[in-house]
Amino acid sequence: MSRGVLATDSRGQRELGAEKKVGWDEVTQGVVLDSFVGNAKDIVNQRPEERSYNDFSSYTATVASWRIIKPVYNRDVCIDCQNCWVWCPDTSIISRDKQMLGIDYDHCKGCGVCVEVCPTNPKSLLMFSESEDNEAALASWPQKKKKED
Amino acid sequence: MAKEFELNSVEVWDGNYAASQALRQAQIDVVAAYPITPSTPIVEGYGSYVANGYVDGEFVMVESEHAAMSGCVGAAAAGGRVATATSSQGFALMVEVLYQASGMRLPIVLTVVNRALASPLNVRGDHADMYLGRDSGWIQIDAFNAQEAYDLALCSFKIGEHADVRLPVMMHQDGFTTSHKAQNVTPLKDAVAYDFIGDYVPVDEMLDFTRPVTHGAQTEEDWHFEHKAKQHKALMDSRVVIDDVFAAFQKLTGREYKRVESYMMDDAEVAMVVLGSSVETAILAAKKLREEDGIKAGIIAPRCFRPFPFDLIRDVIDTPSLKAVTCLDKSSPGGAMGALFNEVSAAAYTTASRPMITNYIYGMGGRDFAIDEAARILKEQKAHADAGHITTPIQQFSGLRGPKLGFFETKRS
Repeated sequence: MSRGVLATDSRGQRELGAEKKVGWDEVTQGVVLDSFVGNAKDIVNQRPEERSYNDFSSYTATVASWRIIKPVYNRDVCIDCQNCWVWCPDTSIISRDKQMLGIDYDHCKGCGVCVEVCPTNPKSLLMFSESEDNEAALASWPQKKKKED
Repeated sequence: MAKEFELNSVEVWDGNYAASQALRQAQIDVVAAYPITPSTPIVEGYGSYVANGYVDGEFVMVESEHAAMSGCVGAAAAGGRVATATSSQGFALMVEVLYQASGMRLPIVLTVVNRALASPLNVRGDHADMYLGRDSGWIQIDAFNAQEAYDLALCSFKIGEHADVRLPVMMHQDGFTTSHKAQNVTPLKDAVAYDFIGDYVPVDEMLDFTRPVTHGAQTEEDWHFEHKAKQHKALMDSRVVIDDVFAAFQKLTGREYKRVESYMMDDAEVAMVVLGSSVETAILAAKKLREEDGIKAGIIAPRCFRPFPFDLIRDVIDTPSLKAVTCLDKSSPGGAMGALFNEVSAAAYTTASRPMITNYIYGMGGRDFAIDEAARILKEQKAHADAGHITTPIQQFSGLRGPKLGFFETKRS
């Protein structure tokens, strides 16, 4: 079921809009949506994949259907500087213990900010067409550029 | 702890000061405000209560009315009792956020001091801003004098915060004629007023860290309709709570309020429907006509503008003796009949009696409305009643210089 980079991950389990449609008498007052199921007192000490996200949290939904270009991550060049993790506006860079693991393609919108801020040479993240196979993208990775005089 | 404010049993307050004192007694957590004539003294007064230790709360000065209502929305979503005040152009700037507040079901109290909308720029009282709020999903309650501005501001908190309502409330009073006119006001002691409103009970508050919630979500065609329908039902159903709160207030103070106030309507042959400070003028005119001319005139004054009291308007109009009704709108109708005319006519059309109904546009930009003019208009309704048909254009203008202006005649064969 899980499509994330972590085995325990529940992100992107369902399509946005697949939730049960209820009538006006059952919708929440003021469109207030619970983020978690049950008491969430300890969530700050839990990793995202350990939290009991509610179905109305976008965490469990795929919200990246309109992406047309995607970042591809190259582990061989990455120095785990966490720049992309800091700058990603959709928390779609997955990192554990300051080690970069990959992209959350269920939430990434393809903005390219991670590529812009990547400091390595060549970059460890590059944008490719959504239809491009990731393995093929990695095989075509550019070489290190020489410094210009 | 906030200090108690020493009050005499009868104070001389204008409408602004009365509303300001009611806000103080409600012990609001956050007031986010931006000043505008003629409502400025409400928040100015409130700021001084905070500064002098009479309120345990925050006074947030912001850069615009849009920001003021945004601050109120944020503070209310966080879980606090929240209020502010505005008028006219400031109200217009708030409009976007007014719809957010009601859709998010946040019981903010907005004390509106009614004032005309530009252009031409005008600081005087008319109902253009009040009418601008009529589709915003807020409860709208109208005070006709300073005492009512005090009483109804207290009631507004209790109505909006009720668990079955949870909707924002506008408490309206007329710019200058009410807001700046000093009158005798009988206030409640601080503790009595606060106990009447009760402690604020937060709902879905963002500061509950054991239950993080999203406020202000986006919904498209698959959810929006259900949420807006639920909101509309809450507003329609708030009629019951409004009646209950008015009853509780009467028990406490002896001062009675109804969603539709009516005066001398039991045997009335002609009636005037009117809002705001003009109600008292109209009552004096009706009394005069009864005494001097034997014309059985009555006055109908919607206390509650939203939810529109369709039920009670029908009740008061559905009497066989009532032949002609005129609805007075203190706002530019902008290419239509006046809003009060339209809504009262719709209610009247569903009754068996179906009186003749005409429309007057009056008092715009603070144009004075005197007893003699109210009496003249009521006499005209008597002429319609006697003739058995409307003898004038259906929409006319009161107190307007220049050639007589009117629109639409009744078609008769």
